[in-house]
Amino acid sequence: MARVICLVAYHVFKESVRDKVLYNLVLFAVLMIGASYLIGQLTAGQDVKIIKDLGLAASSVFGLFIAVFIGVGLVWKEVDRRSVYNLLVKPITRSQFIIGKFLGLALTLLVNIAVMAAALYAVLGLMLWLQPGLAKASIEAPVMDPQLLMAFALLYVQLLVVTSVALFFSTFSGPMLSAAFTFGLYIVGHFNADLANFEAVVESQAAGWLGKALYYILPNLAPFDVKAAVVHGQAVSFSYVALTTGYGLLYAGAMVALAILVFSRRDFK
Amino acid sequence: MLAIETERLTKDYAVGFWRPRPYRALDSLSLQVEPNEVFGFLGPNGAGKTTTLKLLTELIYPTSGRISVLGKPPSHPDVRRRVGYLPEAPYFYDYLSAEELLTYFAGLFGLRGAERSRRVASLLDRVGIAGERRLPLRKFSKGMLQRVGLAQALINEPELVFLDEPMSGLDPIGRRDVRALILELRDRGCTVFFSSHILSDAEALCSRVAIVVGGQMVISGRLSEILAFEVSGWELVMADLQPAALESLGSAVRKVTRISEGRYTVEVTPEAEPERIVGELRSRGGRFVSLNPVRTTLEDYFVQQVTARKATAPAGRAVPEG
Repeated sequence: MARVICLVAYHVFKESVRDKVLYNLVLFAVLMIGASYLIGQLTAGQDVKIIKDLGLAASSVFGLFIAVFIGVGLVWKEVDRRSVYNLLVKPITRSQFIIGKFLGLALTLLVNIAVMAAALYAVLGLMLWLQPGLAKASIEAPVMDPQLLMAFALLYVQLLVVTSVALFFSTFSGPMLSAAFTFGLYIVGHFNADLANFEAVVESQAAGWLGKALYYILPNLAPFDVKAAVVHGQAVSFSYVALTTGYGLLYAGAMVALAILVFSRRDFK
Repeated sequence: MLAIETERLTKDYAVGFWRPRPYRALDSLSLQVEPNEVFGFLGPNGAGKTTTLKLLTELIYPTSGRISVLGKPPSHPDVRRRVGYLPEAPYFYDYLSAEELLTYFAGLFGLRGAERSRRVASLLDRVGIAGERRLPLRKFSKGMLQRVGLAQALINEPELVFLDEPMSGLDPIGRRDVRALILELRDRGCTVFFSSHILSDAEALCSRVAIVVGGQMVISGRLSEILAFEVSGWELVMADLQPAALESLGSAVRKVTRISEGRYTVEVTPEAEPERIVGELRSRGGRFVSLNPVRTTLEDYFVQQVTARKATAPAGRAVPEG
């Protein structure tokens, strides 16, 4: 059973590796991180912070693009092009198919995030090599700060949540609509905390409850963003990362379960 | 145990977005397919053939009725391992080659290593695309994709294969190859269930057929039984005959064609007794050459059934009330 899921996941990864669009996105992200070196030069004394900030931001934007654009096509493309007909009559259940698709994109994202993290560390390493005095000058955080890995780890888990949302929409709607929904939820997800406090600012009790309900239903993505803390050398505790990761995996798991529920009942007309 | 059995299988689709109305694609289809036979599932476009095949492979779920494939429900893992399916106008992943696709699908059946490579290579060879095995599938023509489709349907050496319009998109050589392949599968003990609207294929291959029109089964049975009683007349050839002798036969004669001097083909109506007519013509100096029944071909039968159904069926296929 696990073998079948792995086969589907491996083929999602294989497809993305053979897809030129993905290379362009990753290349562009790496270029952006590289370019942050130049922008860093323009600011006196703040260059390391700028590089870290821009590097993490670029990774987050391009990671989002990859998660959404591949995610919304994962299931829809197979159904639309009818390749799913050949697959689903074989010894594979619909839930295995969905889980395999999700894990395949998770693997693709992992490789991409790793490439972007390596690129950021390479730029920082280059700076340190060019300006050996920098190590002493950075008082808030070391140049090659291992805390950056925490930021990348949380970014990855956030992208898994985004992927699961895109995958869920992809089981019943076309790519344009799915992408719009997913981007919408991504934005809403960053302001989710405001919904929790909605009742404090509105008179109507019903509106307050609605805000509360939406707060629990919609993904809460703000906690995954620890860029500012990491860049300014504020420690991100391991327990915070573990708790946030736990929430992210739970949310992604629930979305995958919903996707399975929808996909299992579908008629492939 | 039957290879396929359906009992009053019905499928309704919802048509329309705001006020969906059910549309009956398949209506109470009861079908029995014996093991190791080539069964032709025939009908015009839109008759419900593909719907039936998708129900049998559980790509869609029935509205009502019962399905048993190899004695079990179609989603049973055991069934999945033992059947093959070629969808209509199959499409595969652009980014894979034919060899990679078959390797992928073989993996789903738990095949690995040398056995997997051997089976992939022999199937590619069998369907005639061994030379293009490393070419990406996006470069394949329709006919080549059809061949890949056949190969992937046979990757698990199935006991039962569903072929949806297996001849479509193929050139005459391709069609001949597919016919040979179907007969080869039958000889190997495989049950073949194929849908088609090309009747010559069915006549050449099937032991039994079912004809569906408008979602309903019109007839099912042995081809010889369906067509045997449909003698549409007699074709009598006589020699040394005077034209005047033919005139005396009256209404029993449908058509007379002169072949050469004194030699005629006489088409006699099915109601007339051919022995009496032969006797009469001989008594007038004619010499008997041959007498053959004119049977309905499957095509005649098909056209006749389809036309009759369309004439009697109400417009549309709304689901009956109540």
